[in-house]
Amino acid sequence: MGHTFLDRYYRGTSLIHHLDPRLKLLATLAFILVASSTPPRAWPAFGLLAVLVLAAILASHIPPVEVLKRSLITLPFAGMIALSLPFTQGGQSVWTWRPFGWELTVTGEGLLLCGAVLAKAWLSVLAAALLLASTSLFDLLQAMRALHVPAVLISTMSFMYRYLFVLGEEAGRLQTARAARSAGPGGGLAWRTRVLGGMIGSLFIRSYERSERIYAAMLSRGFAGEIHSLARLAWQRRDSWAGLAWTTALLAIVLLAQFRRWV
Amino acid sequence: MTQPIICVEHLTFSYPDSRRALTDVNLAVHAGEKVAIVGPNGAGKSTLFLHLNGILSGQGRVEIAGLAPVDKALRTVRAKVGLVFQDPDDQLFSPTVLDDVAFGPLHLGCPPSEVRDRVARALAAVGMTGCEALMPHHMSLGERKRIAIATVLAMNSEVLVLDEPSAGLDPRARRNLLGLLKTLPQTMLVASHDMRLVWDLCPRTVILDGGRLVADGPTAELLRDAALMEQHGLESP
Repeated sequence: MGHTFLDRYYRGTSLIHHLDPRLKLLATLAFILVASSTPPRAWPAFGLLAVLVLAAILASHIPPVEVLKRSLITLPFAGMIALSLPFTQGGQSVWTWRPFGWELTVTGEGLLLCGAVLAKAWLSVLAAALLLASTSLFDLLQAMRALHVPAVLISTMSFMYRYLFVLGEEAGRLQTARAARSAGPGGGLAWRTRVLGGMIGSLFIRSYERSERIYAAMLSRGFAGEIHSLARLAWQRRDSWAGLAWTTALLAIVLLAQFRRWV
Repeated sequence: MTQPIICVEHLTFSYPDSRRALTDVNLAVHAGEKVAIVGPNGAGKSTLFLHLNGILSGQGRVEIAGLAPVDKALRTVRAKVGLVFQDPDDQLFSPTVLDDVAFGPLHLGCPPSEVRDRVARALAAVGMTGCEALMPHHMSLGERKRIAIATVLAMNSEVLVLDEPSAGLDPRARRNLLGLLKTLPQTMLVASHDMRLVWDLCPRTVILDGGRLVADGPTAELLRDAALMEQHGLESP
């Protein structure tokens, strides 16, 4: 995975790109909160949430297919949980299957819940994918800092992002070196596992040594236990307007979802 | 004669695994001098550098402009000595160029407006104006080396200590870097295997081998002494 994949769209010029990262982070969290608290039968609310996130994607000028692709990466995780629901929920049976003496019953309630869980997960991931594609990770970390996420977590993420690519290149070199010394598919599974183990070990040791050099570099420039950085977020009027519009839309959807429940 | 800006006397250091890295090293460098430190791998060049700003401390005396890098003076000494590591990926640990160049001045306690000022001046000095928002992993090795130098220029360091500045650079990037180093007025200590760089940049050379300082003199003289160079695993340019 190269940086071209991760960092491809964050430097756009659309309204979404120019919004304050604090607003974008909060708006995404609010969206996920609303999506996950919408009751299973409130399909119109899910539809409106989809319209809302699609509108945001279109406004960002990032190709929607790209955001969709990114959102699919996490779907298997939600899918695994959702797939078990039709079989485990009590309720009216719609279909029964008896393989080898077991009895698997699919219930209507289970199917409904499965669909709702998938919809919630996917909508949430779409919003998160848009946030990540349209914001540089660095801005996101600044936003988290402003929202009082602990400094240790932020530095950890910052270092992880900085050295992800360095580590990736190192791993790539190890892989090339291995490939250069082994013709064909190589030995059996045991042999390949051993080689892989060696590679992971040597990557770990290299990273450990690098961390000591980085720490020395930080000390050399006055580091004394706490990382400072220049504050550079500036809240603009358009951030207030965008925040207001987003909140209104989400509130309307919440009301609709709750109203649907009463009927 | 004025007081030397770098003063190392009888410095001996062993790593915790009892590997002896430096033995009785003596070195005095005056303000404005450009001194090359040459020697085979493992001679102790990097270890010596880490003593200059108090990251390591051995037996003997180390003073920078009359200050020992301990206790209260540590911060001042670290501001005076700008250490540029060999691998810019070790030196540049922040997500953007701005943060990396600002790191030194911020941690030395400069107010934000002055930090921005220093960042702009340091980037201009290395010919990288306007690169504040770039991320290190999007830049070439030559560019990252320049930014690494900017990170210490922003600290207004009086002494620049460079570990293998030309390693891994292609000829053009190497030439550009050499041109940059020549224009910088700071006192410089340069560890290098690049004898042509040593020849072009540093009028004075010291040879370190096996943790001992074995020669100290004019570059032209030392580098022409083929027997001496051979003996310490080096070669004349």
